[in-house]
Amino acid sequence: MTSNGHLTNGQYAIEVKDLNIYYGDFRAIKNVSLAIRSNQITAIIGPSGCGKSTMLRSFNRMNELVPNSHIEGQVTFHGYDIYANDVDPVEIRRRIGMVFQRPNPFPKNIYDNVAWGAKINGYKRDLDDLVEQSLRQAALWDEVKDKLHQNALSLSGGQQQRLCIARTIAVKPEIILMDEPASALDPIATLRIEELMRELSRNYTIIVVTHNMQQAARVSDDTAFFNMDEDRAGYLVETGPTSEIFTNPKDKRTEDYITGRFG
Amino acid sequence: MAEITSHINNPGYSDKSTPPELRKKVRLSETIIHGFLFLFGSISILTTLAIIYELLKESWLFFREVSLLDFFTGIKWQPQIGEFSVWPLVNATLMTSLIAMIFALPIGLMIAVYLSEYATPRFRSTLKPVLEVLAGIPTVVYGYFALTFMTPLLRLIFGAQVVQIYNTASAGIVIGILILPLVTSMTEDALSAVPRSLREGAYALGATRLETAIRVVLPAAISGIAAAFILAVSRAIGETMIVSIAAGAGPNFTFNPFNPAETMTGYMVRISGGDLSYDSIDYNSIFAIGLLLFVLTLGLNIISQQIVRRFREVYE
Amino acid sequence: MNTIQKELVGSVNSNEFDYRTEARHRAGKFWLNIFRLSTLIGILALFALLYNIVNDAFGYVALEYKVNPASLTSTGAPLETLEKADLAAIIEAKVSAGLLRQLTRDRPLTDYSKPQLLDIIEENILKPGVKETWPLFTSLFQSSRVINEAQANYPEAYLEFRSWLSWEFIVSPQDSDPIVAGIRTAILGTLAIISIVLVTAFPVGVGAAIYLEEYADTRKWHNRAIETNINNLAGVPSIIYGIVGLAVFVRALEPLTSGAIFGALDGNTTANGRTILAAGLTLTLLILPVIIINAREAIKAVPNSLREAAYAIGATKWQTIWFHVLPNALPGILTGTIIAISRAIGETAPLVVIGASTYITFDPENLFSKFTALPIQVYQWTTRPQDVWRSLAAASIIVLLILLLSLNGLAIYLRNRYSRRNW
Ligand SMILES: Nc1ncnc2c1ncn2[C@@H]1O[C@H](COP(=O)(O)OP(=O)(O)OP(=O)(O)O)[C@@H](O)[C@H]1O
Ligand SMILES: [Mg+2]
Repeated sequence: MTSNGHLTNGQYAIEVKDLNIYYGDFRAIKNVSLAIRSNQITAIIGPSGCGKSTMLRSFNRMNELVPNSHIEGQVTFHGYDIYANDVDPVEIRRRIGMVFQRPNPFPKNIYDNVAWGAKINGYKRDLDDLVEQSLRQAALWDEVKDKLHQNALSLSGGQQQRLCIARTIAVKPEIILMDEPASALDPIATLRIEELMRELSRNYTIIVVTHNMQQAARVSDDTAFFNMDEDRAGYLVETGPTSEIFTNPKDKRTEDYITGRFG
Repeated sequence: MAEITSHINNPGYSDKSTPPELRKKVRLSETIIHGFLFLFGSISILTTLAIIYELLKESWLFFREVSLLDFFTGIKWQPQIGEFSVWPLVNATLMTSLIAMIFALPIGLMIAVYLSEYATPRFRSTLKPVLEVLAGIPTVVYGYFALTFMTPLLRLIFGAQVVQIYNTASAGIVIGILILPLVTSMTEDALSAVPRSLREGAYALGATRLETAIRVVLPAAISGIAAAFILAVSRAIGETMIVSIAAGAGPNFTFNPFNPAETMTGYMVRISGGDLSYDSIDYNSIFAIGLLLFVLTLGLNIISQQIVRRFREVYE
Repeated sequence: MNTIQKELVGSVNSNEFDYRTEARHRAGKFWLNIFRLSTLIGILALFALLYNIVNDAFGYVALEYKVNPASLTSTGAPLETLEKADLAAIIEAKVSAGLLRQLTRDRPLTDYSKPQLLDIIEENILKPGVKETWPLFTSLFQSSRVINEAQANYPEAYLEFRSWLSWEFIVSPQDSDPIVAGIRTAILGTLAIISIVLVTAFPVGVGAAIYLEEYADTRKWHNRAIETNINNLAGVPSIIYGIVGLAVFVRALEPLTSGAIFGALDGNTTANGRTILAAGLTLTLLILPVIIINAREAIKAVPNSLREAAYAIGATKWQTIWFHVLPNALPGILTGTIIAISRAIGETAPLVVIGASTYITFDPENLFSKFTALPIQVYQWTTRPQDVWRSLAAASIIVLLILLLSLNGLAIYLRNRYSRRNW
């Protein structure tokens, strides 16, 4: 355990073992085992509906907010089972933050968007500093420093998404989950988000879902490719360092998908 | 199917126990709030239980004195001579409700068809608030309207000898006006919910607007319309102030809409309004009639909801 | 089979169809007119309602003095021509000692202005009584007929064009004399009852809505039961709430609702449970389902992405609800509450059943006072046999409707102001 209160357990931030996720009777994820390296960017790719979002949301227990959903198997965070009975989901979500596909800032001003999470988590030091630092890390500070008390909804889509990232890092998570964070943005805004991810990967473990092959190739260190079978259950096809997956995939299906032959 | 798993050696299940910083915290306030909210939610159940308990308890006291047979047979309600047949009251209720329906259902249906199939959006958007205003007027105002406008009007048309000052026709028509907004807006909702494609299909076959409206849209919306009508009946039966002002005081078994006759609700108001002693048969009787009214309206409401539910499934 | 195929394949033969296009269009026109007529009837009904109210609330009234004004002066000169001192003398001579003491408590009669003195004489000595009233439109368009009728039937009386709705009417208490009776007591009663409804129904209703939308697991049977139950409660006739209120709040909980357990029994509060508190609680039960249903809609309209955003940075459930769901649902919740409150303001039957007082002239003092309310006043005045009370009923209806319309306007304003929001 390090001095900043973060849990560390060697190489892997998250390990998944024999994971099945259900919505009611429908199995969305089937027998997935996977390990996510610390302080790396892992991309999750796969055809639409194969369960990428579902997978991602199981890492910080967001899925249990969906009525009727349940999981089988194990997800560990630095070796600790996050679904154990005595684990606090609120604490898990604080440590494993999430950025969503569509920017979803609170309908409040910019400052409060960043500060609120820290406030409810009992942040004791200077909030102004934290807000500035988080916005700087999210590469948004220069654009908003003069209008911190404007409504966040007045920002552009790309700015809103960076604000959501700033909001996430303000509560000092260890892992950031991103579900297609750039899919609602134009190419320039997308590029900024990608740069930001590279920047953040020095301090955070990042797991990003993307539809965009180039993006996965550009930003990620590792890639996990998911596919779905006839009954629409998603499964893991192959995972490994991004360079290998993209240049020398072991599986035919991965190759087909990456080269755009299906999906 | 062969699972291709991680390129790293596959970890086994972890059985490390949860470290303190990840453990569930005791959040007392969250628990207390949850408890309170549950309590608030349950108040509705308590209300229902109170309604049912009180109705049953007092009715039971009533039916110890009056047999169910007497209650449901005979044609006289005259407590002074021990006659407790509910039929005069039920009959008056049915009369006012029937008159209301005769007025409100066709007119409401036709206004709804006009609004959804013919009217310009602008007309619709001006008439809808008018309907809302009508629906928001207290029923006592309608009662006043029945007595000071509708009754004189009826007497003018049919003659003052024929039409008594208090009569079920006037009350019934005004109840009809009262439920007109309800019928119209619910029917209109049902009609507008019919998909455009259905109308276009009919037009493409060369149907006129009327034929499309009557043969295609109306049948498609029929269950929604039925639900609206049933709810309207339930409203009419439970309506109180109009009948107690305009329909007359005193049970009277009559089929003449121009004669006074007291409805179930009218009776309940008259008896409980005075200085009523709690242990009298009068007091108990309003609960027996209340129970009957409750069962009737609840049954109609449930049927209406059931129809709406089925109706929704068709289009979703 | 074969022939059918042939017919379908063959080009349209005009003999095979009887299009009757013209007749069908005529039917279309005919029914369109019927539809228009129905709409017109609906609109006419509303106009008739409003017309009737306005018609009764203003118009000529024939008044006759109990005491002939001429008999007050030795010369028989009209009172208006007299000096203030003479008027004061008349008052001193004719009114009771008690009233005189009351009038002169602050200042001597000579300090009153002349119109004030004339008013005092009119109200306390002459005491005009209503002989007959005429509705507004008769008064306007057939005024000569009205004047003739009044002269023929009531030679002693004088004719006055009167607005029954006036500031005096709003601020005067109930009275047995229609000329001075007002609705002050009723307005205060309504306000008191509505305050109770607000402070009880709003928190409970919103709390129940939060529970059902955010906490309740609809797979559990008891949560489904609560849900169905609320929908059914919304359809129970209000008079049922009245008799249950009578049994529970007036009778069973009498020690509470009469204020006995608080030792509040004195003077005006001998209401034996038929109190403002009982009325408020009864109406609370009545509108709770409405508030809950409306608040649930408003909460449902808050997008899930907002909740997820809060959860994803480690907010607890209640923090998410309190800081994000509720503030964003608030306009909708308020709109729904206002609509429910206006329903409560107009409710009459339950109040009659739990025993609104027929005649009280004093202001409500506390929760345990006897009460009357605006719709009760309308009801009572409507059902009195003399026509003159109808005019008072009409005037109170106008007050009631203005109150309700402004509340509805507020609700519509809130709805429009906050309805278009980009999340
Ligand atoms: N809340 C839910 N309830 C029921 N089924 C769901 C729910 N969310 C997702 N699913 C189903 O689970 C499967 C996986 O969905 P998921 O959203 O995880 O896919 P995805 O890979 O993220 O797709 P996309 O690329 O389109 O975002 C789909 O078949 C979807 O229909
Ligand atoms: Mg997705």
